[in-house]
Parts: sequence; structure tokens; C-alpha cells
Amino acid sequence: MTTTDASARALQLNDQGQLRHFLTIDGLDRELLTRILDTADSFIEVGERRIKKVPLLRGCTVVNLFFESSTRTRSTFELAAKRLSADVLNLDISTSATSKGESLSDTLLNLEAMASDMFVVRHSRSGAPHFIAQSVTPGVAIINAGDGRHAHPTQAMLDMLTIRQHKGGFEGLKVAIVGDILHSRVARSQIQALNVLGAEEVRLIAPSTLLPTDVESLGCTVAYDMRSGLKDIDVIIMLRLQRERMEGALLPSEREFYKVYGLNTEKLAYAKPDAIVMHPGPINRGVEIESAVADGPRSVILNQVTNGIAIRMAVMSMAMGGQRAQRGQDAEGQA
Amino acid sequence: MTALLNVDALLDDLEQGLRRLLRERGIEQPVLIGIRTGGVWLADILHKRLGLDEPFGELDISFYRDDFSRIGLNPKVRPSHLPFETEDRHIILVDDVIMSGRTIRAAMNEIFDYGRPAGIILATLIDLGARELPIQPDVVGQTLTLKANERVKLKGPDPLSVELRQADATPAKGA
Repeated sequence: MTTTDASARALQLNDQGQLRHFLTIDGLDRELLTRILDTADSFIEVGERRIKKVPLLRGCTVVNLFFESSTRTRSTFELAAKRLSADVLNLDISTSATSKGESLSDTLLNLEAMASDMFVVRHSRSGAPHFIAQSVTPGVAIINAGDGRHAHPTQAMLDMLTIRQHKGGFEGLKVAIVGDILHSRVARSQIQALNVLGAEEVRLIAPSTLLPTDVESLGCTVAYDMRSGLKDIDVIIMLRLQRERMEGALLPSEREFYKVYGLNTEKLAYAKPDAIVMHPGPINRGVEIESAVADGPRSVILNQVTNGIAIRMAVMSMAMGGQRAQRGQDAEGQA
Repeated sequence: MTALLNVDALLDDLEQGLRRLLRERGIEQPVLIGIRTGGVWLADILHKRLGLDEPFGELDISFYRDDFSRIGLNPKVRPSHLPFETEDRHIILVDDVIMSGRTIRAAMNEIFDYGRPAGIILATLIDLGARELPIQPDVVGQTLTLKANERVKLKGPDPLSVELRQADATPAKGA
């Protein structure tokens, strides 16, 4: 993973330090992450206009390349691309050519032949978007929409935007991430983003069987129960229990998990009185979160969805801009 | 760098020019929109001088620029803010300097995404000529012709001053 992340860093930025792919939070500095959040703020305003569209990606073709199914992420990427005036192609690969034996490289060559400018990639294999970014034609931007257990950087950034809106910033902030950390690419990206943006503490709350082995190196503290875990917490991020990724007996039962780690009104009271509750969705009501909390006044779960469009508009336009600026400079260098 | 012009005197001219134009066209309740950054400073002052009731708007044209495909997205983009309906309203659009006309084209495209205005009047503090698009201001404080290596910039917001400087090697951006 470390070599992958080191080369991802170099891949993500152009010669002027502008974003040109968005693969992982790892290696991006506070200034760039803040710029993504600020740019997204401007796109939120666009979303409130009568015409919710700007001409930035006019003439660009964006391909949503989903090797793993998704509703929310894919539809917000699609809406984001359309609000940037791009043409959008949605490909659900799990039902398409790869099931007929076509390799990933061949699929990409065919899509590039259609003069695509950007691929938004979701894949069950960690590192797949990174692989594509390395092999794709220069000038084509790759956005990671979630790869394996590795990263889901746009989800992390929309969460950061939601936190900044409700808490004003990250200084002094204590954030708890609760549940299935082990299988969560969302948690990995959130932890990196919170640390880069200067949160005071990122606390993971989970049974040891659902924590990764390298948990200390991630820059977090750990708690094994909700009462001590939620003490002084400003932001609670609940994760979905990823039943489809569970192998072996990591949990005694879902009911047992809900009893200990499920967020209900009673446990919410352990956190600060103004703590907000977040969830990347889709939520399992009664498995990790009680309906009264998910739909309650402290929940910002639907804000997260709205912010997802603005964040994806920001990342897509910045990456496309970085590619174009690089192309312009390369052409100048040759002249 | 040298202070070049008396900004107060130019603002007097802009105010009078605007009053005359509004009178001639029978426009009674215009709304003001300034283009960031210099245009917003000027809109703030003109808003007070013209005694308009409604707050003025601030436009950030970064998402509408025509050089995105050359230089990428402006890293300092901030939300535009138009605190009124633009539909069927008479708009006074204010910027500090007009040169190529590309900024104004971008601004008009953005304004139309909020609604269809009854009309737009363009007021700029300085007109440098060198137009690349068929766009002309209705009211101008001062027309200047610069040498190839000279640039002007409005400094502000308090106090406002216009500065003339010798350009470095980097080519000028269209204003």
C-alpha cells in the first residue's frame, strides 16, 4: 500500500501543484484540501440558482465507470458532471463487457477511443483507479469513487465540508468514527483528511475484530465502548456494517453489535450536547443507528448528500483544470 | 509604482454619468452588481452615492471564464452573492478596468443564469481600450492608453487608488 500511495501523490498533482487526478487524500496538504472545500462552497451557491449549471466542462465527456454497484455516489457524480455542463456516460461494468471476458485495459482503450476526458472509477480492487491513472492517455483525469478497502476521497471531502459548515472549522474538534473500520475505505480517507485539516482528535470506536491492525499508525485513538468513546465528542460518524465484506466470524451477531455500538438516543447523550451525527449511507436502521437518531435534529445525513454534489463538482473541475493547464504548459514547452 | 488618478474625481464622474443615464432611460429602481474584487469595492461606494435601498450583489466570474482550458480553475474562487431577483430588473454592472471585454462577457453569462434582466448598464472606472470583443461600457471614469509594458491596478478597498506599474515578463491576463 505504501508504494501505491507514494506514487499516487506524484500522480495526483501537475507541475504547478494543481490537482489533475483525485485518487486519495494521502499526500495532499491542508492548503489543497481547504481549496477543495472553498471551491465546493462556491458550487453550493450555484446549486441554489434558477439555472444550476456552469459552463466549466462544456464539451467534456465524463465516463462514470462503476465496477461495483452504487446509487448515491454514482447519481451525485452524474449530477455534478451535468451541472458542470459535461456530457455523461454511465457504465455499469458489472453487467457489461468485462463479464464477457474483456480486460480492464481493453475496456479503457475502447472508452478512450470515444474521446473521453474524465473517468470516475469505482472498483472492488484497491488501487484500480491508480492503475488506470498510470496507464491512461495524458490529459484524461481519473477520479476515485471508491476502491476496495483503500480510499473514498470524495466521500471524505463531502464529510469535511459538512463538518466545516456545522462546526466552523477543525481546530480543537474531536471526531469519533464508529463501527466497521476494518472494511471501510470511507474511514481511511476520513482519518487522513481530519488529520491533514488539523482536527484535535480522531477516535475510532469499534470491537477489536473490526479494527485494522495498523490502527496506531493512522493517527487515531481507540475506544472499545460507546460511553468512554463518545465523551467530549463534537462529531459522530457512524459507518455502515458491511455485511457483504464480512468473512469469518468477526461479530457474534448483528443484534449484539447494535446493543454495544448502535447509536441510539441514550448513547448519543454521552457526546457533547451539540454533537452532530453523520453517516455515509446507505444506513442500516436498527443495525448501526436508531431511526430516532438518523432522522433526529442532530443528524446531518441528508446535508452530506447535498454537499456530495458540490464536492464532486469542485474535484472534477479542479482536476480537469489541472489537466488542461498542464497540457497548455507542455505545448508551450514544445513551441 | 505611482498613484495615477484621482479616484474620487472619477467616482464623481461615474455617479453623474449613471444618474444621467438612469434619468434618460427612465429607470427608477436599478440594482447594482460588482465584479470581484475591484468592482465590488466600487459597487459599495456607488451604492451609497446613488442611495439605493436594496443591497448590492457580488459576482465571482471564475466558473465562467474562457481561459479555464488554458490555466485551470481560479484557486481563489468564492461564492457569488446576488441578494435579489434579477428577473426583469435593471442592472448596473460595475468593474474597475475594462480591456479585452472577456470579463464582462463572462459576467453577463453568469447574470443570465439567475434570470432574464430587463437590461444591463456597464460602468467601469477605467477603459484601457484594446478590446477583443464587441462590448462597450455605458459609463466610464477615465479612458487610458497604456504602453505595451504598462499595467494599471485598482488598490483598495480603503483607500482606493489606481496604480500604474511596469509589467514584468508575464503576459497580461484579459481584463
